[in-house]
Amino acid sequence: MPANVTMVEAVGRALGQILEDDPRAILLGEDIGVNGGVFRATVGLQERFGPDRVVDTPLSEAGFVGAAIGMCLVGLRPIVEIQFDAFVYPAFEQLASHAGRFRWRTNGAYGLPLVIRIPYGGGTKAPELHSDSPETLFSHTPGLRVVAPSDPLSAGEMLVAAAACGDPVIYMEPKRLYRRGRAEVPDRFQPSTLDRAQVVRPGDDVAILAHGAMIEVALEAAAQLAALGASARVVDLRSLYPLDREALLRTASEVGRVVVVHEAPRHSGVAAEVAAILQEEVADHLLAPVLRVTGMDMPFPLFQLEDQALPSVSRVVRAARAALEY
Amino acid sequence: MMRELGAAPEDLAPGAELMQGAATVLGLPEDRRREALAELGRPLALGLFAAMARLRAFDERAVILQRQGVIGTYPTYFGEEAIQAGSVLALEDRDWLFPTYRQNSVVVLRGCAPEVPLLLWRGNPAGWHDVQALHTAPVCVPVATNYPHAVGAAWGGRLLGQDLVALAYGGDGSTSEGDFHEACNLAAVVGAPVIFLVTNNQWAISTPLRLQTRVERIAEKASAYGMPGVRVDGFDVFACHLAVREAAARARRGDGPTLVEAVGYRLGPHGTADEPSLYRDPESARRWDAWEPLGRAAAALVDAGLTSEDELAQLGADAAAEMREAGDRLQDFPVPSVEDVASRVYQETPWTLGAERLREPTYREDG
Repeated sequence: MPANVTMVEAVGRALGQILEDDPRAILLGEDIGVNGGVFRATVGLQERFGPDRVVDTPLSEAGFVGAAIGMCLVGLRPIVEIQFDAFVYPAFEQLASHAGRFRWRTNGAYGLPLVIRIPYGGGTKAPELHSDSPETLFSHTPGLRVVAPSDPLSAGEMLVAAAACGDPVIYMEPKRLYRRGRAEVPDRFQPSTLDRAQVVRPGDDVAILAHGAMIEVALEAAAQLAALGASARVVDLRSLYPLDREALLRTASEVGRVVVVHEAPRHSGVAAEVAAILQEEVADHLLAPVLRVTGMDMPFPLFQLEDQALPSVSRVVRAARAALEY
Repeated sequence: MMRELGAAPEDLAPGAELMQGAATVLGLPEDRRREALAELGRPLALGLFAAMARLRAFDERAVILQRQGVIGTYPTYFGEEAIQAGSVLALEDRDWLFPTYRQNSVVVLRGCAPEVPLLLWRGNPAGWHDVQALHTAPVCVPVATNYPHAVGAAWGGRLLGQDLVALAYGGDGSTSEGDFHEACNLAAVVGAPVIFLVTNNQWAISTPLRLQTRVERIAEKASAYGMPGVRVDGFDVFACHLAVREAAARARRGDGPTLVEAVGYRLGPHGTADEPSLYRDPESARRWDAWEPLGRAAAALVDAGLTSEDELAQLGADAAAEMREAGDRLQDFPVPSVEDVASRVYQETPWTLGAERLREPTYREDG
């Protein structure tokens, strides 16, 4: 039945639904069994589905991501939990050198139905390498899809869609939003599209494009801008690869002023790609330069400084006003 | 038989020390060797030779085609035919193989047309073989990264109730990689029915074994993972076959993974672009001439009365003709269009690789 849940609970409900619907689905990860995952996303699932379907692996990201690739070959559909964002780096070779290339290596015949869940991002006062936003590593790697939900409903719907996808999906979970609030979700999640952006707040003067935890920041900035008399549209990118080109072009054409927000470092980030697409394709419609509010080009700071590095509401408002006053 | 030490004959003295503790058939005293071959039986013994002959002919043809400019850089495996043929014939067709570039033609022993792996080295996508039909993963380029795949296939197959074994190939250099360790450990922990078949040919391009590891025997590494490690003469196709068969039987029984170290020597260069005289005595490989696996197997088969020199020569000639004809066909394969290749990356091609993008005059060269 419908329930009022947090995002991390929605992830758990979606995983339960996937395991129940498809006997080929299997969860792999560190501490996801009895412990229910360090964020508790998988609480109760091992009890429900057994240790052969909710598997506690040795600490070996390259090993179990590689094994998940092999599992796909014999007909399983693995969903892998990476414990924290930066812990995916040892598995990067498996994802870049194999997961993203497998369908291409079989001339399109066989893909890998693989989901890699990565709790990511800052703002949780965590130790070093527990606050990274590595999505661009994957959006720059051919053969992968990269998505990020921003609320309990989208988390469930996108995870169910990712599990049904025939290609590897990097599913970025904004852990700062895991317990940020509750939302009504249905008894069963219906799979959403995996490559469509969504307008989460209408507006006509300036558009704020963001994903994951930055949606919350963008919405708060839009509320403050409204108080200043400016109507800000907030667009949740949701899919970072491929980007929703039509939505980007429509937004720029209709609004003319665009701010892109992400917590990953600025250089070569998703915002750079958005800005490039817009200036290549709809330069005539742009009323101001596309502005970026992002993380900094340095290792994510230790947490006493994280609030200075993370895009804040005031920085987004400042960028939007600069675009408006251009 | 398999636990016998390699009592290498006098004339094989140069490598005898290295082969200490390696399982052998060809190194057995004459009468026992004949007995062992008779026990294998003529069809299998000859089948192993024929498989080696095809691999050898493929390799030789590939080197010629590279010299002719028909294919690009090619990683030769001259001298490693015993390991490859012995292992492939020890498994069932339903079992999964995870080859690296060094075993690029083992698919041929699974029924794949030889032009397919040759086309891979010609840079043509028609060189990707049918992974599911052949239960053989695509040729893996980054060493050791195929080990975890084999673990997952074996483990996953068991979870699905499939009766299958997976075998991953690698070389001595690959055992220094993290993925080797992670795969061995994971396989042992979950009891995956997998075989790690490590060809210890003493060289990783220019890096000798002593710079890879401080243990003299790679098979010793198995004990750290809690699995058996077996050492076998990698120039002895019969010994390689029996070692992998035993490991496969063990896996099928539910007794988990095995590390098989096939000891040998890289008789040729790393590949056609490699010049071994830059880093090793050119004579070093010559010292191993007497161990060359086809000649050794041929002599033993004839000695055991299982075949004649004429019959073996015919097998070699047939294989050479098969591979020459395959090579002759390579230029008939068209280069697919960029549109075709772009449409094979995702199940549902995103706009980033869509028709409109590919029509952009600055995105690609005209087809």
